[in-house]
Amino acid sequence: MQISGAQMVIEALIAEGVDTVFGYPGGAIMNIYDEIYKQDKFEHILTRHEQAAVHAAEGYSKASGKVGVAMITSGPGFTNAVTGLADAYMDSIPLVVISGQVPMSLIGTDAFQEIDAVGISRSCTKHNYLVTDAKDLPRILKEAFYIASSGRPGPVHVDIPKDVTAQIASFDYSIELGLETYKPHTKGNPRQIKKAMEAIAKAKRPLFYLGGGIINSNAAYEVRELVHATGIPAVETFMARGTLSHDDEYLISMLGMHGSYAANMAMSETDLVIGLGARFDDRVTGKLSEFAKNAGVIHVDIDPASISKLVNADYPIVGDIKNVVGEMLKLSSSINPAKYTSWKDTIKNFDTLHPLTYHEDTDRLKPQWVIQRVGELLGDDANISTDVGQHQMWTAQFYPFSRPRQFISSGGLGTMGFGFPAAMGVKAASPDKVSINFTGDGSILMNCQELMTAVEKKLPVINIILNNNYLGMVRQWQTLFYDKRHSETDLSVQPDFVKLAEAFGGIGYRVTTKDEFDAALKGALEKNIVAFIDVVVERLENVMPMVPSGGSLFNMMLLEKKEKKK
Amino acid sequence: MEASERRVISVIVVNEASVLSRITDLFSGRGYNITSLTVAPIPDSKYSRLTIVTSGSVRVIEQITKQLHKLIPVLKVYEHADLVEKEMALVKFPASENITDIATLCAAYNGKIVNVAENIIIVMVADEPKRVDNFLKIINKYNPKEIVRSGAVALER
Repeated sequence: MQISGAQMVIEALIAEGVDTVFGYPGGAIMNIYDEIYKQDKFEHILTRHEQAAVHAAEGYSKASGKVGVAMITSGPGFTNAVTGLADAYMDSIPLVVISGQVPMSLIGTDAFQEIDAVGISRSCTKHNYLVTDAKDLPRILKEAFYIASSGRPGPVHVDIPKDVTAQIASFDYSIELGLETYKPHTKGNPRQIKKAMEAIAKAKRPLFYLGGGIINSNAAYEVRELVHATGIPAVETFMARGTLSHDDEYLISMLGMHGSYAANMAMSETDLVIGLGARFDDRVTGKLSEFAKNAGVIHVDIDPASISKLVNADYPIVGDIKNVVGEMLKLSSSINPAKYTSWKDTIKNFDTLHPLTYHEDTDRLKPQWVIQRVGELLGDDANISTDVGQHQMWTAQFYPFSRPRQFISSGGLGTMGFGFPAAMGVKAASPDKVSINFTGDGSILMNCQELMTAVEKKLPVINIILNNNYLGMVRQWQTLFYDKRHSETDLSVQPDFVKLAEAFGGIGYRVTTKDEFDAALKGALEKNIVAFIDVVVERLENVMPMVPSGGSLFNMMLLEKKEKKK
Repeated sequence: MEASERRVISVIVVNEASVLSRITDLFSGRGYNITSLTVAPIPDSKYSRLTIVTSGSVRVIEQITKQLHKLIPVLKVYEHADLVEKEMALVKFPASENITDIATLCAAYNGKIVNVAENIIIVMVADEPKRVDNFLKIINKYNPKEIVRSGAVALER
């Protein structure tokens, strides 16, 4: 088939089964947009900013497990998208991002809207391509989808000069992938797995340390089986929320900087860490030399570079979590679940001593209450996205997650402005679930223009703004570590969020009481259009407990104990 | 801090556009050192071979090899333990210096005079990097005008 480069892009997307593309047109990518106009196999969602297009593709990918696709033009279109690429890179989200480039003859001449896109994206993508000939496009696009979704997933960027999109060449998508230099290792070494299982059988206080790789590998249900078969308690990282259901008797909670006391103490007291698809990130480990000090470490990960990067693994297993956990399950009969009763009692005592909770001791609503309330009312029926900051940590702490891919948040990069566009992508991928975005009064303004996209494309995301008139997380650090010098974090001056939503054709509510909140949520659900629920919450609430940056996990700042107000 | 060690790493990569930037970006982005780097195509193949001299703790060197391996166009990474290592240097001297002395020294370091002009002579030596260091120290008294080193190449024994 002899077709143009632009047509090849469309044909490749169709062959890959893509049903939704997020993007924003511009000069260098017009030939491709012309072909988008002519086709009806996939939907194009026009965001109002390129960054939002990539975040929406991320949300779409995280909710569906499929490769997310975004398209942008050259120059500023591309540079606006870089934050999304970096975000997807840090959180291992499979994306194919296609950008237009100035024609080959102009590359290197500082042409209008020219930027060295592959030079910029090199360090924040799994791989990238500058296409110099249309005959390479079928292979490159096929490789891009394969590389994005295999091994440790990640974003792949394909930069296509305008003249290449006009060039006619032969298109055959049934070509075999070459890629002899890229062979992800998916099957764990059986001898290592056996040795790891023997170590588990010998351990007295083993602990599952569950990471986001489980979600990426679609292995949550296998992991649940393994946890239940062995009877070993588990902590989850932020990225792994939903791997175990919130009511699972073996789930302690999230660990790390804002993990629960019980989770962090369990990690400090364990004698064997069983790490599955987690990467011992600094927000999880705290002070490395004190992290799980007396424990052996089993580390299962598809990325060899993640193993022994920060914490030395005694039992390294490189492989896909789903495969490895499947093999571990076959050997799990050697483990006696009854053995861990006293270990579990110890953990239970930690939890009784300092449970994950908050005090309802002010007139204003507590942000944690709002999150719990949504959990009570919607629970499993909602997919939950967040922006970045205090509200994000409270959501991870207090929302009752019951399934993988229910929680979508920017973990590694910590990108404010991620939540709303991501929640649109989630809604596009999962239209039967309510799409909630918990956000803050800082974060929401970083991509609030997406109200327009949500109205136009009927993506009724409910944005719940936990409004404390502060950049709350930075304010918290300033309060605790900078002697209350609240430098540039006071957001007392802010828009009327109700009118802002209404100006775009959405719906807005301002809420100060519990009853008002229930009514607003009910109203937003009934109206089924994009909504801002602006919830006035306690200004100076802190996320607790907290491991100060660089401190040891067992050295937490804890919620002050208070008598219940009568 | 763990002790930092000098290591030689060979990387076999697909010979394609921007592959060298991928390697050097990885080093700069992750804060690793490059002492020297040489690269040339492998004859009759689509691959090139890079020889990188670097330094770091055992953990850092392990990360470097793993991170290199993660790059898509990288076929193989060898972290050499037992290797033959050579480096070339070219040195330009004023012709007024004692050419006999210089030629004798060159011979001791696998080298010779490679160019003689009216005012200058150019010599080459090819030896282990440490011996090249020595050579360059010794010839200092002959007022070298320009020195260029190639960076090391290595083969596992």
